[in-house]
Parts: sequence; C-alpha cells; structure tokens
Amino acid sequence: MSQHTEEEAPLSTTAERQAIVTSAGATPSKEWVIVTRGLKREYDMGGEIVRALRGVDIAVRRNEYLAIMGPSGSGKSTLMNIIGCLDTPNEGEYWLNGQLVSTMKDDDLARVRNKEIGFVFQTFNLLPRATALANVELPLVYAGISSSERRHRAMEALESVQLGERVHHRPNELSGGQRQRVAIARALVNRPSILLADEPTGNLDSGTSEEIMRVFEQLADSGQTVIMVTHEPDIAAHARRVVVLRDGQVASDERREKFTEKLGVAH
Amino acid sequence: MPLLEAVRLALQTIRVQKLKSFFTLAGVCIGVMFLITVVSIIDGMGRYMKEDLVGKLLAVNSFELRRRPNLNMGEMDPAIWEEYRRRRRLFISDLLPVVEALPEGTRWAQESENSVMAVSRYARPRSTRAIGIDGDWFAIKNVALTDGRPFTDQEMTQGENVVIIGPDMVERAFPGVDPIGRDLRIGTTPYRVIGITESRGSVFGISFDNFVIAPWRSPIRKLLNPEPQMIDAVVIQAENQTVLMEAQERVRGVMRTRHKLRPGMKDDFSMETSDSALEFWNKLEGYLLIAGVALPAIGLVVGAIVIMNIMLVAVAERTREIGIRKALGARRRDILAQFLVESATLSTVGAMLGIALGIGLAQAIAAATPLPASVAPWSIVVGVLVGAGVGIISGVYPASRASLLDPIAALRQE
Repeated sequence: MSQHTEEEAPLSTTAERQAIVTSAGATPSKEWVIVTRGLKREYDMGGEIVRALRGVDIAVRRNEYLAIMGPSGSGKSTLMNIIGCLDTPNEGEYWLNGQLVSTMKDDDLARVRNKEIGFVFQTFNLLPRATALANVELPLVYAGISSSERRHRAMEALESVQLGERVHHRPNELSGGQRQRVAIARALVNRPSILLADEPTGNLDSGTSEEIMRVFEQLADSGQTVIMVTHEPDIAAHARRVVVLRDGQVASDERREKFTEKLGVAH
Repeated sequence: MPLLEAVRLALQTIRVQKLKSFFTLAGVCIGVMFLITVVSIIDGMGRYMKEDLVGKLLAVNSFELRRRPNLNMGEMDPAIWEEYRRRRRLFISDLLPVVEALPEGTRWAQESENSVMAVSRYARPRSTRAIGIDGDWFAIKNVALTDGRPFTDQEMTQGENVVIIGPDMVERAFPGVDPIGRDLRIGTTPYRVIGITESRGSVFGISFDNFVIAPWRSPIRKLLNPEPQMIDAVVIQAENQTVLMEAQERVRGVMRTRHKLRPGMKDDFSMETSDSALEFWNKLEGYLLIAGVALPAIGLVVGAIVIMNIMLVAVAERTREIGIRKALGARRRDILAQFLVESATLSTVGAMLGIALGIGLAQAIAAATPLPASVAPWSIVVGVLVGAGVGIISGVYPASRASLLDPIAALRQE
C-alpha cells in the first residue's frame, strides 16, 4: 500500500482527497469543483425509511471526467440529484465551486443549477414545441441575458456540436443523436462548472452512443468537468475516473485503467 | 423571464391549441361581450336622456316654474300625486310679478299646451300638440324656423290668429302644398300658417315634430287650460348658473308671497331644471349599471372557472416541461409568472374578442330597435382589464401548483 505512487493509487485514498473530504466545514480551495462530506439522504416511503445515501465522500478536481456507476438501488440517482442541485441531503456537506449548496433554499438552488450545472438527460428532455435554438436559449432566458446575446451564444453552442444547420428544427425533426447534441449544446451554453449527464446514451443505438461519447471526450479534453451517471460499464469506461456506488456508499473510486482491467477480468 | 417572452409563449400555446383555446376563451368572451353591450346601451340611453329628451324639453341654464314637474320619471307616490293635484294653478297674473323680480341677464317665456285637433282643406283632421306662447320662447327653446317668419310683437300682444307649425304638421295637414299663408283650423278657429320650424327629432321612436305654436293671447288659449287666464309654465333662462340660482331664489320668494305660504311650509309649485328632471334617470342609471354589470359578471365567473380548469390540465400535461425548466434554472416565480401570464393572455384575448362582438351586438341592437347604443371608451378599457384580471385570478392556483412542483418528480413524469 505504501509503495503506491500517486498515479497508481486508488483515487479515494490519496492523502490529498482524504484530507479534503474529512475537513468538515472548511471551504475547499478553487481546484476542487465538487466536494461532498458524509452525504446522507433518507426518504420516507409511506412509513418505511429508505436510506438512499449513507455517507458519501467524493472530491472532484476541475477538468476531471468522472463516471458514477452502480446497480439500481445503489443511490446513484439520488447522488446525481444532489450533485445536480435538484435535491438536498439530510446530512453532510455538498460544496460546488466553493459554494455550500447543501443548505441552500429553492431559489438559490435554481440559480446554482442555472449557472453551475449543465444537464444532459437520458430522454433528452427538450421542449417539444420549441426549436433547437429556442431550447438552447432557455438557460440563458433564466439567466436574464438579452435576446440578441442569447441568440448569438445559442448559435455558437449549436455550431460547436455541428448542428449549425439545424437550429430551426424542432426535436421531432431531429434524430436521436442530434437531439442529444442539442441537449449538450443547451447544457454548455451557460458555461457551467460541471456537465452532468444521466445515462446520456441510454436511448441511443451503439453507433450514436459512440458519437456522443466522442463529444464528451472532446469536451473533457478542452477542460470541461464532466460527470456521467450510468449503469453500463462500457460507457463508464470512457471516463477517466470511475466511482462505483453500492448500498448508498462509495464501493470503489479508481482510474479508468484500473477499472477496465477489472472489467476485462470479469469478462 | 421577460414579460414579452412570456406573452409570446402564451400566444404560441393558443395558436397551437386552437380548439381548446376557443372553448377556454368562450366564457370570458361571452361575459365581456354582454358587459360591453349592456354598458353601451345604458350609456346610449343616458346620452339620449340628457342630450335628446331632457335637453330638448328643458333648455340650458333654464328653469320652468310650474304647478308640478313636467317630467315625471319612475314610480310616483300616490300621495305626491294627490298633493300635486290640489296645488293652485299658475295664472297670467303671476307672470308680471315674476318677470319684474328677475335679475339682470335673464330672459323669460311662458307657455301652455294641450292636445287639440287641427284640420286644413288638404287633409283629414289630425291630433296635434298646441302650444300657446309668449316672451322669448323661440330663443330659449332654441327652435329655429326653416321657412316663413316668426311672430311679430304685435301678433303676440294682440293675440292674432297666426300659427307656426312643426315639420310633422306640414306633412300631415298640408300634403304636397306649401303651408305658408294657408289656413289651419284649430278647434273651431282658423289660423294662418306663417312659419315652419326645423325638426327636433324623436326620442324612443316618439316624434317631437308634431305641434302647432300660436301666440298665447290668441283664442287658442281657450283650448289649452280649463280657464283662459291659466298658464302652464313660466320658462326662465339665465346667462349662467349663478344668475340662474339668483333668479330661482327671487321667483321662489315672489311665488311664496303670492301663494301666502308661511315659513316652514313647502313650496306648492315646482321649479324644474334639467338637473332635477335627470335626477330620476341618474338614480335609475346606477341600478341599471349594477344589474347590467352583475349579470355578465356571472358569465365571467363561469369563464374564470373554465380557465382555472384548463390551466390545471395544462399544468398536469406540462409537468415534464416544468421539470425541464426548473432543472435549467427557472425559479418558482419564473414558473408562476409563466402560467399567470399564459392564463392572463388567454383571458385577455377572450376579452378582446368579447369587446369586438359586444360592440357589434350593441350596434346591431341600436340598428334593429329604438334603443340607442354608444360604446363608451372606458368600457373597452374595463373589458380588457376585466379579462386580464379574470385570467390572473383564475391562474393563481394552477400557477402556484406548477411553481411548487418538485423538479425531480416532474422530470420523471412521462
């Protein structure tokens, strides 16, 4: 154990990460875009208490490309909702880009979602009656940006995902891969701290999935922090770091190489 | 989200769902339509009352000294009628003291009228209104002649048998001939026609043009009142309101003295102004407006319930959209505003349709019946505001439901 170099060591056990997730109450330094400390989340399902998260400690550096994996019931959706500021933990701290999100109220959470997070969903979640351009403009509308500026930035975002020719098409006039690229453009248009993707290839065929994964690859290369939640190991294998949840806790947190190696063994 | 954006979004929703929107709008549309129609007709009637009816009978800045008010609108207490009936008549002997008491800047006339039969050689006998006058009657009543000449002073003081007739009498008594210089027999006495007045129009389908005017001192007065020395009214016009009040006070004093009324006793004569004649109408107009507004208001309540329902359905149908918007950073108040604006826009569009239909209906009623209609600009403003108000009120509950949706649950909605 003591012989491990930084490169080889399991990421969760590196001293630096350990220090950052255990120093409760302290504001993490700039390089840490996400820090969770002892996150717990319980649901009351008609009298029965379901403990979805039982103390999750994760630290994510800026520019990391991370996959969160786990079987259903492992708590990965709950963790994603909390990381995405759609939900708050019952206990523990969640720091996003230097802000303590876990104690925020509704309107502040909405602001953080708008500014810091770009969502990409399995079912795309585009507004069906709006054009690609209008869909991509939506986060900017809630950011209070003027309509000419909105248009300009939305066009740019659509061009960056090679959809500059299809800005006036509605979602039902686009293919699945194109829809997901519109969703990616929408997620990126407000220059968020993290791109948060929930099963981004779940509704796509394997060819289109590869295409979307290449987009993610390029984004990660260009310095965008990407967090992807998936239950498919070969999709998770595209990420550079893989966190596996089991029973509401982090079961493993490893570099991709390590993960794929184990995957190969399993196959 | 900017308001304009929200309105555009709402209009787009209406465009996409035409039929549903139509049913949604129908309630508000019909409510506002009747509101506009009723208010237009009441307003038109008011204008009619003030400008045509009372305006034609009672001149500006004038009052009429009479035994009892000439214009009695609405229900009358039998006791008041009984009191009116017992009142002493006005006599020609009252005229001089009254006229002598008048302040500077006034002029006077006196008149009596009755229904009589008039006949010429050219037509069968006709019933008409005979008016016996003296003083500046034509000037005060603002009646101009279209043909012939007015009475001379001599004709007035001598009471000569001359007559000026209204346009209806020209048609009825002298069909196809020029009446000027011809004889018209009123009662048993022949009168020479010397002038024709302009038309004074009609009110509620009743012509104001069927009359003959003769000097009161002519034999006509025997037909007008039970005793030839009686007169119906002294009309006094002042150059302004101040002089009018002064004149009223002085005339009241003279008449009270002449009728030997002690202090504390009520006047046993009336001094009627256009304001006093309109008093009843003003009261009635208030009631009519309340009724006319209350009934369409029920329609608006129904419209509001429909809109609330439709908006609740819209919120349920668009739960996922709300989830998406929230995930992208919409705050509660953004969602609230979106649905409020949508509901208000929907309702305002309905109100505007209702205004257009209401104006059309009012015009149609005015064209098809003697009821007048005039669309008051304020009623249009009120219509639009009512529409927006109904939309906002009925949108509050659905919009707040939408704004309180949990984004995670909303996103999970199929």
